[in-house]
Amino acid sequence: MHAVVTEVLAERAHLPGALLPVLHGVQDALGHIPRETVPEIARALNLSRAEVHGVITYYHHFREQPAGRHVLQVCRAESCRAMGGEALHAHARAKLRCSGTQHSSADGAYTVESVYCLGLCASSPAVVLDGRLHARMTPARLDALLAGKSES
Amino acid sequence: MSAVKVFVSCDSAALAVGADEVADAVIAQCAARGLEVELIRNSSRGLFWLEPLVEVATPAGRIGYGPVADDDVPSLLDAGLLRGGAHARCVGLVEELHYLQRQQRLTFARMGITAPLSLTDYEAHGGWTGLHAALAINADSIWQQVLDSGLRGRGGAAFPAGIKWRTVAQAQAEQKYVVCNADEGDSGTFADRMVLEGDPYMLIEGMTIAALATGATQGYVYIRSEYPLAFKVFSEAIRNARAAGFLGPNILGSGKSFALEARLGAGSYVCGEETAMLESLEGKRGIVRAKPPLPALAGLFGKPTVINNVLTFAAVPRIMERGVDFYKSYGVGRSAGTLPFQLAGNIQQGGLVELAFGVTLRELVFGFGGGTASGRPVKAVQVGGPLGSYLPESQWDIPLDYEAYAAIGAGLGHGGLVVHDDTSDLAGLARYAMEFCALESCGKCTPCRIGSTRGVEVIDKIVANCDRLPQVALLRDLCDTMVNGSLCAMGSMTPLPVLSALNHFPEDFGLSHEDHQVT
Repeated sequence: MHAVVTEVLAERAHLPGALLPVLHGVQDALGHIPRETVPEIARALNLSRAEVHGVITYYHHFREQPAGRHVLQVCRAESCRAMGGEALHAHARAKLRCSGTQHSSADGAYTVESVYCLGLCASSPAVVLDGRLHARMTPARLDALLAGKSES
Repeated sequence: MSAVKVFVSCDSAALAVGADEVADAVIAQCAARGLEVELIRNSSRGLFWLEPLVEVATPAGRIGYGPVADDDVPSLLDAGLLRGGAHARCVGLVEELHYLQRQQRLTFARMGITAPLSLTDYEAHGGWTGLHAALAINADSIWQQVLDSGLRGRGGAAFPAGIKWRTVAQAQAEQKYVVCNADEGDSGTFADRMVLEGDPYMLIEGMTIAALATGATQGYVYIRSEYPLAFKVFSEAIRNARAAGFLGPNILGSGKSFALEARLGAGSYVCGEETAMLESLEGKRGIVRAKPPLPALAGLFGKPTVINNVLTFAAVPRIMERGVDFYKSYGVGRSAGTLPFQLAGNIQQGGLVELAFGVTLRELVFGFGGGTASGRPVKAVQVGGPLGSYLPESQWDIPLDYEAYAAIGAGLGHGGLVVHDDTSDLAGLARYAMEFCALESCGKCTPCRIGSTRGVEVIDKIVANCDRLPQVALLRDLCDTMVNGSLCAMGSMTPLPVLSALNHFPEDFGLSHEDHQVT
């Protein structure tokens, strides 16, 4: 972890306004931004730990905890709503047994997240599964995609 | 016989419905049959209901097939795909499709035709002519032309681009910046994404012209993190353009310098607001700044900064190439030129329609879009993203231009239209508008930060018939505070979808006609 942060900082700390590029680099490499990395990042960029923490927690994209093995993002913005996106989101949560405020399935295999627009609005509703875009989604097609993941 | 050219799009919206699988199937099946093909991954025409669209070059022009699934490929080849043979999926000559033929594609002229990262393609289709024209004149003449063209900001605020450029050009500073706002967060919009993924050199050209006009030497493109492919493609385009001398310390041997860098956002809608975006580029939380000072005078890192949307910069090369009069010959009144409208939501033929200002919603939704995908009646169209109004049928014949829409208290925003059929619940959508504002508010000003949460609660009470009429009055009062008291458009425009839903669809809130008269 330390090596990753050092490498990202060596590559990006010199950029003007480097904090977001650095945080992206760390999250891309580690899957999340562990709390323990904050002091080193703060020191390198001459920021306070509070400033770094503030930025990490302000932006929806950054996560402080690891996600499940698979991440399903369901678009919940207007265009997808007009095409059954809310029912699709509810279906995904029920299927993957996320309840209440939990975003991860009981076995930790899946994290289900809301996103607000993927720019596929002419082919709504849309989801992202492990970084791959899928549009014109239906509950049945989603089930098939998820079944494919479970087998692999 | 030489290899037949076959085109399959590499746009995200094509990939999301299986374009990669179709491309692989074409290659595999042709190899198995001993057919020689050259498969080209081009940008998308923006005919998204036909994606994955397979096009074949024939002596008559490109013949299209769509939407194609990977398992359609054997039957397509049986039918003589490579000669443009007849098949149930064949749509004929693509350029003759009614949907495309009736458009006025100035900015999106190359879309679906060229390979996004091919400098050869870009140059062969009119690329860099705007830049050459700009290099031949002085800086003041450049911004003067942009000013005279009447080009207004395509991000939503519609501020005259030339005035911004002039302000930056006339500001005295050692360092100036050009920043492109590619934080396209509005639902129902995808035109910026198409440019970044499909015709990235056009944006580079437009930004470079802005740099020449204003004396800026460094540029940034702020791309939202929900568009990872756009970021990847655009970053590669920057590297290619620099290697070929279109960017860097000596642009095309002119001695002028401009460096460009793509930066990734991190999932914050409000970072589409220009000052929040500047904060984010500076490595901070995306909190809105109070204006003045204007970013044109004190913007990124406190320096004079041109900030425009992707589509604004993308319109500039054509203006430089064809001249002010050509551009102004499109549009109506003070809305000059074309707008790439984006047809989305519950629509049969969703896609990109670039037309001069002045077209009507009815023409776009029915003439181009073919009505709803569900086949049910259209109930409302939201124009201009999450901060745009819901328009009922009585307003579908108003020309889409900035002034006509302002007159009915609506806006064009970034040109996105989201169609809803009669099953949509407008009270639910009004609630969602407040909920989204609560989720995405930067928190700096109270009307937006607190008002949005109170708004959700008040709408819930109205719908639950808990003290309904007084709550409607309260909602109107709250919206008034948000409109007049918020620091930026996030808080001041969230009331647009809320109030338009309430005013035009009171029955969805449980209000009778009589109730509505009282409130």
